[in-house]
Amino acid sequence: MHGYGIAMRIEQISKGVFQVNPGSLFPAFRRLERAGWLKSEWRDTANNRRAKYYVLQALGRKQLKGETREWARQAAAIARILEAES
Amino acid sequence: MSLLRNLAGGLRGLFFKQQVEREMDEELRGYLDAAVNEKIRRGINREQAVRAARIEMGGAESVKQRVRAASWESLVETLWQDLRFGLRLLRFSPAFAAAAILSLALGIGANTAIFQLLDAIRLRALPVKNAQELTEVRIAERNGATGAFVSRYPNLTNPMWSQIRTQQQALSGVFAWGPTSFNISPGGPVHPVQGLWVSGEFFGVLGLVPERGRLLSPEDDRAECAAPGVVVSHAFWQREYGGDEFIVGRKITIEKHPFAVAGVAPASFYGVEVGRNFDVAVPLCAEPTIRSEFSVLNRRDGWWLTVMGRLKPGWTMEKASAHLRAISPAVFEATLPTEFDAGDAKHFLGYKLGAFPAGTGISGLRETYEDPLWLLLGLGALVLLIASANLANLMLARASAREREMGMRMAVGATRGRLIRQLLAESLLLGLAGALLGAQLAHGLTRLLVASISTDSAPLFVDLAMDWRMLGFTSGITMLTCVLFGLAPALRATRVSPGAVLKSSGRSATSGRARFGLRRVLVVSQIAMSLMLVVGAILFARSLQKLATLDAGFTQNGVLELDLDLTALHLPVDRRAEFKGLVLRRVRAIPGVESAAEAGIVPLSGNGMNRQVLVDRAGRVIEGKSELNEISPKYFATWHTPILAGRDFDDRDTLTSPKVTIVNESFARKYLAGANPVGATLRVKSERKETGLFQIVGLAKNAKLYDLREEYLPTMFMPVTQKEHPEQDETILIRSQASLFGLISVLKSTVQQINRGIDMDFTPFDRMVEVSLQRDRLMAHLSGFFGLLAVLLATVGLYGVIAYMVERRTSEIGIRMALGADRASIVHLVLREASVLLGLGLLIGMALSLAGSRVAATMLFGLKPTDFVTYVLAVASLSAFAALASFLPARRASRLDPMVALRNE
Repeated sequence: MHGYGIAMRIEQISKGVFQVNPGSLFPAFRRLERAGWLKSEWRDTANNRRAKYYVLQALGRKQLKGETREWARQAAAIARILEAES
Repeated sequence: MSLLRNLAGGLRGLFFKQQVEREMDEELRGYLDAAVNEKIRRGINREQAVRAARIEMGGAESVKQRVRAASWESLVETLWQDLRFGLRLLRFSPAFAAAAILSLALGIGANTAIFQLLDAIRLRALPVKNAQELTEVRIAERNGATGAFVSRYPNLTNPMWSQIRTQQQALSGVFAWGPTSFNISPGGPVHPVQGLWVSGEFFGVLGLVPERGRLLSPEDDRAECAAPGVVVSHAFWQREYGGDEFIVGRKITIEKHPFAVAGVAPASFYGVEVGRNFDVAVPLCAEPTIRSEFSVLNRRDGWWLTVMGRLKPGWTMEKASAHLRAISPAVFEATLPTEFDAGDAKHFLGYKLGAFPAGTGISGLRETYEDPLWLLLGLGALVLLIASANLANLMLARASAREREMGMRMAVGATRGRLIRQLLAESLLLGLAGALLGAQLAHGLTRLLVASISTDSAPLFVDLAMDWRMLGFTSGITMLTCVLFGLAPALRATRVSPGAVLKSSGRSATSGRARFGLRRVLVVSQIAMSLMLVVGAILFARSLQKLATLDAGFTQNGVLELDLDLTALHLPVDRRAEFKGLVLRRVRAIPGVESAAEAGIVPLSGNGMNRQVLVDRAGRVIEGKSELNEISPKYFATWHTPILAGRDFDDRDTLTSPKVTIVNESFARKYLAGANPVGATLRVKSERKETGLFQIVGLAKNAKLYDLREEYLPTMFMPVTQKEHPEQDETILIRSQASLFGLISVLKSTVQQINRGIDMDFTPFDRMVEVSLQRDRLMAHLSGFFGLLAVLLATVGLYGVIAYMVERRTSEIGIRMALGADRASIVHLVLREASVLLGLGLLIGMALSLAGSRVAATMLFGLKPTDFVTYVLAVASLSAFAALASFLPARRASRLDPMVALRNE
């Protein structure tokens, strides 16, 4: 997916809670790319323009899995704490 | 893996910067387009869609900047930008840049040069494998030894060496060596080269591989010494034989004896004595052949060898020393000189051998020059500090001028760190330029240093190759100075509040003291350090002056020493005196020769001999030591040394006449209570035997003998005409006003007319005096140079601060003048400021100098490190410069037109 597509997707999926602006998005891409988790390539878009597409790499997928698991663990923990509090 | 990718990506960013930037632009444009299209699709009109999308995205430049900042190459890039920017700024102020670079270069260059020499003579290991194993064996505390000392390092005798070789267990291999000088000329003018006596184990234990042929082995150093070969150094092989391929087997004449060259030592090997390069190495067993009647090989009182070896694995210096101590009684028992009396023998048998690390070689040079060099390094470091302080001051002045620029930049979003980085880049540039120029300077300076401590008879050889220690030192001090003069101004310049700076559009009436404080501190410390250097410079200059003008007891100028070697003439002992007398008469007959005399010992040559004397005084016999010199008549006249009482030697004194002697004032004071010694008698004790009576016939004025620094030594003179066994060499001192060059050529032909087989050598005496003052001259010159540099730097620093102060206080001065202050009071105002700084600096400097100059105490002659005159001179000269530096801005301030000054506001 290209940059704008990803930003839109995040906005849609989060139902508008997360609006990622380019000032955060592109530096993040640069970092992820440098880490080898993303790969980028120029492709033509649906309406016949060139755009940079970002593809998750195997290394990135692995990292994502790990991070997701860790997030789930922390989120669950926080949820439990909040429940106990109320 | 990911590090590599990061690196590759970064490099791509650096080298294909334009492409990366283009892609980023395109990507952002695409993003914007997509956002706009999306909004249009939702039914917003185009104009509003574009506007909304732009607002959402924020500034394209700031997004790009943030993407760039996400990767490491941006750091490199900003550094590069900073350097370019710094370079541009420096190009705008070439005078500042030149002054800064030059002062740094001088400081760094001088330090580097001195360190390089120190490194070469002190720190570097010998060029042999596992040099750290090398150990020297010598007597731990040997004082009051008697005998013949015939080497620069007369540590042990040959009999001791034989004992140590067979008895010691601590070293896996031992060898003995001794430095000497050989004449390798087959005849005619002497050709002296640096010789080395070596035992057969020398090359083997050092683990050297021959360049050509073979090196000496124990086979070459047998008692019978059948066919001793010699080894030449690589440098000698190149210099004297042009690197001849067939050098092995060629004959070389050493003191008229032919020796075959066995091989060439490797190029990196200069010997085990740091600071000297050997030319020819000869086995010990050949010593009697070469030195003939002066051989000390089998003499138990002939000190000429140094013993070294490799420590056995697992042994420590302490263990080796303990072992050597244990074998000492046996060693000295077996080598006790037979002629010693009970007292001497007891002393001798009490000697203890010890082990001493020798990985950095042996060096007399080190003893003479190590302390002075460390001291000079310290002085050089002070100069560098002053230069740094000066630069810091200049940078501060620039920083204040750029206050508004800094404020502006911080207001538009530059971070403090970024600005500090940029300012530091500027100092880094200056530092690097200074270091590069300094390294160049150091190159020349080192050569100058080496030349100034080298002598004709013992040329200094030091390996001046750049090594890691050297590089580390230079880059280290460069870094240090950069931080010193760069960091403080950078911190200060960026510690501004953007709002405050931008608000104050002009100068305020008076300038706050706080922002000025650092510069005052810098100037005060500069003055303090300069005072230390000036004190040092004046101390050494006065010490040298005292040495050069002291009453040595003889007139130094216009005396030429002529050394003759008569060995080739094979004169029988009873004809030698007559022949020498003939040569002396011929020399005296040369037109232009004022006076000439034979001398056994030439003053300041470092040679000397002493005897035990028994002097009769009022019926008692007083025993003690006295120096001895054997001279011909007219010796005192040649030196312009007055004979205070009695007579000079003359034709009356012959082998058959009563034995006579002349003594000096010191002798008379010590043995005869200062009474007129003429008529008194004495005996000389030599090798336990007492000679007959000598009658004192004259009293000579005191004169220096070994060294200009010494106290006058009790000395007696004996006439050569009463000598029983004249040697086969003759030293004639010639006083003449004629030109040296002409005199030498006339002398050459005169001597050759007498006999063509005589070897000769000439040394102007003032050259010898010069050599004996070499170290003092080096210290005086270098510390003088440093002192001058320091004063200049401090003057510039003070001028800068005072001028800056005047500028900042222009309006205040204007108001004062408008209110009626006259010129004198304005000058007074400025000078008061300067004199406070100066006074404070001098006070601190004085305290530091008094504390620090103690280090120099042993290197000074004739004055204490707390010499009053020196301090007065130093304070006066520094104050004079400071007065000049502050008077100029003061006068400028007093000539201000109040109207102009006030309008400036």
